[in-house]
Amino acid sequence: MTGIINYGAGNIFSLTAALERLHIPYGMVNTQDELAAYDRIVIPGVGHAGTAMRKLQASGLAEPIRQLKKPVLGICVGMQLLTSHSEEGNSPLLDIVPLKTLHFENRIAEKVPHMGWNKVFHENRCALFADIKKDAYFYFVHSYFIEYNATFTAAFTEYGLKFSASLQDRNFYGVQFHPEKSGEAGEQLLLNFSNLH
Amino acid sequence: MLAKRIIPCLDVKDGRTVKGVNFVDLRDAGDPVELAWQYSRQGADELVFLDITATHERRKTTVALVKAVARQVNIPFTIGGGINELADADVLLHAGADKISINSAAVRNPDLINQLADAFGIQFVVVAVDTRYVDGKNYVHLNGGRLKTDLETEHWIKEAESRGAGEILLTSMDHDGTKNGFDCSLLKKINDRLSIPLIASGGAGNEQHFVDVFQQSNVDAALAASVFHYGEILIPQLKDTLRQHGIEIR
Repeated sequence: MTGIINYGAGNIFSLTAALERLHIPYGMVNTQDELAAYDRIVIPGVGHAGTAMRKLQASGLAEPIRQLKKPVLGICVGMQLLTSHSEEGNSPLLDIVPLKTLHFENRIAEKVPHMGWNKVFHENRCALFADIKKDAYFYFVHSYFIEYNATFTAAFTEYGLKFSASLQDRNFYGVQFHPEKSGEAGEQLLLNFSNLH
Repeated sequence: MLAKRIIPCLDVKDGRTVKGVNFVDLRDAGDPVELAWQYSRQGADELVFLDITATHERRKTTVALVKAVARQVNIPFTIGGGINELADADVLLHAGADKISINSAAVRNPDLINQLADAFGIQFVVVAVDTRYVDGKNYVHLNGGRLKTDLETEHWIKEAESRGAGEILLTSMDHDGTKNGFDCSLLKKINDRLSIPLIASGGAGNEQHFVDVFQQSNVDAALAASVFHYGEILIPQLKDTLRQHGIEIR
């Protein structure tokens, strides 16, 4: 069963609705003790990364998440939390993946936020992207991005620059886009994650 | 590259779609949820619902609609109509809406844009603007284009952006319903000065109009209602046409 970290960072109705459409069983993780009940963990997140990190710390779940050995999927700001630092509010984050979350503004000429459907390129080495086209479109809404890195980037997207659309470091996965809003490709990705052990 | 978005708009009243819909395989043409699902299957990139319910039951029916759409549809959607304060937006966010659209409430109380952006993030806030050309200038209009304001359209849009709008939905009331094409010159002028996404609305009559609006104004998205509902333009074919013109499309 999939556990969703319930720390009050944004609305998760769309995520749980997508899991229900896909018949993926899930429950909510409110405390450290509840982590053990699940086979894999999703960290959702919308809004300000620094605020999300403070809420995660207040929930007492930050350190236990760092110690997890089961598959963990961070979505949007939930993925940014996995990195070491965000320029949003100059915030230290979970520091699970040694990368930085940076602001698009002043780095690209394109409009910010990066909002809409963009191509995600993966190289078939990450289980999240099994049975997904190599240049499938996913839905993005974000103003901050995780830098591209040859080791940890599982899939990249180009918007003025090349950035991490998806990360993988050991059992930790992240996606910058919203799989729950990304049509059939997004549903496939959620199914793929639900099959990880 | 970021794909240009095609957005069908559904007018909803008391939980039912208002304008006629002409899909052959619909069981219930008045059911906005089924329509939304059909559009997502056809390749619509996003949906806009405009709730024009005027009764006291409005909030309840809107929330029920948003929840039902969020449960069934796997693409993003915006809900507009009747959002006058933070609390209205809050319930819609928690019902699963990706964005809310405000129009006259923002003109009457521009600070509402700041409040919404601060509370929910700019990505949640679409400011819809109805514009009409009067004596050589474009002015913001309210009440479906019937009530002229003293706000010049371009100035108002820049103000909305600076207050925290994440996206602008601009409807040309001069073009709306004419099926003679979008107001490409106004859209280009506005788009060139904007650093947030712009959705073009008003005037779509055929596929070429979508080609024109993307090529001439470079807007991020184009919205239409009746041409989609009546099946005059089919989204899969429209997307093929746009691709043949070298326009980036999902």
